[in-house]
Amino acid sequence: MSAPAEPHAAEHRDYVGAKLGMWIFIFTELILFGGLFVAYGMYRSMHPHEFHEAAGELNVTLGVINTMVLLTSSLTMVLSIIAIRLKRKAQSMLFLASTMVLGCTFLVNKFFEWKAKIHHGIFPGSAALMQRPPGERLFFGLYYGMTGLHGLHVTVGVVVMAVMLRLLARDKIRHDDFIKLENAGLYWHLVDVIWIFLLPLFYLAA
Amino acid sequence: MSTAAESIAAPSVVAPHEGNFYNQSSRKGIASWLLTTDHKRIALLYLGAMITFFLVGMTLGVFMRLEHLTMGPTIMKPTTYNALFTLHGVIMIFLFVIPGLPAVFGNFMLPIMIGAKDVAFPRLNLLSWYLFMAGATIAITSLFTGGGPPDTGWSFYVPYSVTTGTNVTVAVLGAFVIGFSSILTGLNFITTIHRLRTKGMNWMRMPLFPWALYATAWVQVLATPILGITLLLVILERVFHLGIFDPSIGGDPILYQHLFWTYSHPAVYIMIIPAMGAVSEIIPTFAHRTIFGYKAIVMSSMAIAAVGSLVWAHHMFTSGMSETSIVIFSLLTFLVAIPSAIKVFNWVATLYKGSVELRAPMLFALGFIFLFSIGGLTGLFQGALAINVHIHDTYFIVGHFHYVMFGGTGFAFFAALHYWYPKMFGRMYNERTAIVAFVHIFVGFNMLYFTFLILGLQGMPRRYYDHLPKFHGGHLHATIGSWIMVAGLLMMVTNLIRGLFRKVDVPANPWGGVTLEWTVPSPPPVENFDVLPVITEDPYHFNPVAKEPSR
Repeated sequence: MSAPAEPHAAEHRDYVGAKLGMWIFIFTELILFGGLFVAYGMYRSMHPHEFHEAAGELNVTLGVINTMVLLTSSLTMVLSIIAIRLKRKAQSMLFLASTMVLGCTFLVNKFFEWKAKIHHGIFPGSAALMQRPPGERLFFGLYYGMTGLHGLHVTVGVVVMAVMLRLLARDKIRHDDFIKLENAGLYWHLVDVIWIFLLPLFYLAA
Repeated sequence: MSTAAESIAAPSVVAPHEGNFYNQSSRKGIASWLLTTDHKRIALLYLGAMITFFLVGMTLGVFMRLEHLTMGPTIMKPTTYNALFTLHGVIMIFLFVIPGLPAVFGNFMLPIMIGAKDVAFPRLNLLSWYLFMAGATIAITSLFTGGGPPDTGWSFYVPYSVTTGTNVTVAVLGAFVIGFSSILTGLNFITTIHRLRTKGMNWMRMPLFPWALYATAWVQVLATPILGITLLLVILERVFHLGIFDPSIGGDPILYQHLFWTYSHPAVYIMIIPAMGAVSEIIPTFAHRTIFGYKAIVMSSMAIAAVGSLVWAHHMFTSGMSETSIVIFSLLTFLVAIPSAIKVFNWVATLYKGSVELRAPMLFALGFIFLFSIGGLTGLFQGALAINVHIHDTYFIVGHFHYVMFGGTGFAFFAALHYWYPKMFGRMYNERTAIVAFVHIFVGFNMLYFTFLILGLQGMPRRYYDHLPKFHGGHLHATIGSWIMVAGLLMMVTNLIRGLFRKVDVPANPWGGVTLEWTVPSPPPVENFDVLPVITEDPYHFNPVAKEPSR
């Protein structure tokens, strides 16, 4: 992708630099989650059977639906960027808003999933969970920790998109200056990719 | 040189010349500082905050030494002592040593040294400062709220950090926020170096301080998130009992140690690599001779950053790891000494047949080489498995890391401060006082910390508020040393502050340096360069007329 022309020479604008910075930030996010993946790998290798058992209790249908929701939201995100590059502002805003709606849908699904589990007494430190073997306790500890941190990232992503929507509306993001939207998109894809790893590790491990 | 730089100083505190970044701001008053995106102003914001934190940390250290003046309780209870060594560690490490050189001198000098007008993301740079201050405020809040100041030591080891009733959650949150600031600074510097080097400055023409910042920035970016997730897990353990580190639920406390040191050992190199970079600038300037082995120094910075990320478990030899991993980590630990030694030999070789001028910054830099060498060599003792078991958790460790962190990074920070002071402020300190202060700091430092090494070998355990009679002589000697050192430090800080009020004529290049920052006026204008320089030769190209008259 070639860098867009710079209409305002006085303004400092560095398309490649801004993208480089975003990629480095994405590396740091991957490493942040990496610590949790290390913990998951270690405990799963210690308790393979118990992880297997516990994973069977998660709702695969809900997990897969949420995966579809997130994948679709990545598509609408890309469409939003393409639209603004083609100078179709209204279309771009519509696609971005759809991405936000899908992000919120994911969170709502997640909320009901957590609620059902907590309703059954499965949450960190609960009496019901403490009666189970250590591997299952760790599985659910990691489940809440990792999906919780991921959910936090989804929430941040939705907030970032709200800001982008405002910038689009005020023509701060234009067909010749869309790096902010593109970086927001990179972040959203990161959130998506992390979920793609969480799905098999928790839902499909049974 | 601009003629403005040589004009007589105006009678205000910090605006001695016309057309510099102090008086060219578009905003007025306090807003010109708190809302600034100028890398030079942000650097000074960091400097002010860090000197304050350093003095607080130093005071805590003085109280700890006073406690050891006599046997038995001297001025405090054991719990107070535990809080003191925790706070001393947290403040010194997270608020002074780790961010110190990159945030202050990196911010101020990096863009100028590579011929840029600012860093790549100036607003992000300001955000980093606010995050740093927010983290510091949260950490300090932990002292006065909740169950009292944390008493876990700066490493927040589980399970104690999860079970103690003191205010660990808030302190850990503070460290987490500061880590975020550190990541953003690293990200900013990497992008700046990749994108904003001036025309002709290819990688092998870049001065060594920017090179060191580059290596450091990668470690900051790649290691700090591990600390982030580890500290986050400690908070989750304390609040929600997640169980990852809690053996009663099924977790493993040793995992915490691995994750913690996966960050915190590379963090040691975040502390020392920029210090080495600053010394690599100062040594050639005062030897008036090109740096010996430029490429070797560059490569050793990168090698330290790479190998240093793989040695973390040498902090855990006594934790019960498998013997295979212990031997491997011991080997890697010895390996990382090689690039450090390469640098020391290169600095010494630079001095050989140089025309060495023993000015105040140079004395601090030479002090750095001497003390860092002791720190590095005592580190090798601990890399050796048999000796490690003997000296684990003793004053030997305390002595070793004070030689590296204070004798290394601390001395390099002071060297850099004295070296770039005229550039940053357009003023000059009293050099005679600076040298007297240096002698006090150097003598007191060795009385204090070399005694620690001996006490440690004799078996004095660390983190105890009391000591046995056989250690009393050593403790007395160390405490007296601490007074001499603190006298020197106070003398130094006072001298630097008084220097701000002395009206002297500071030329653009008082030391005869050859890197780009000495080609701009002191203090530099807002945009640093009227015309961006074009680089045509290596960075340390000394010729006989580089120096301007300074006295």
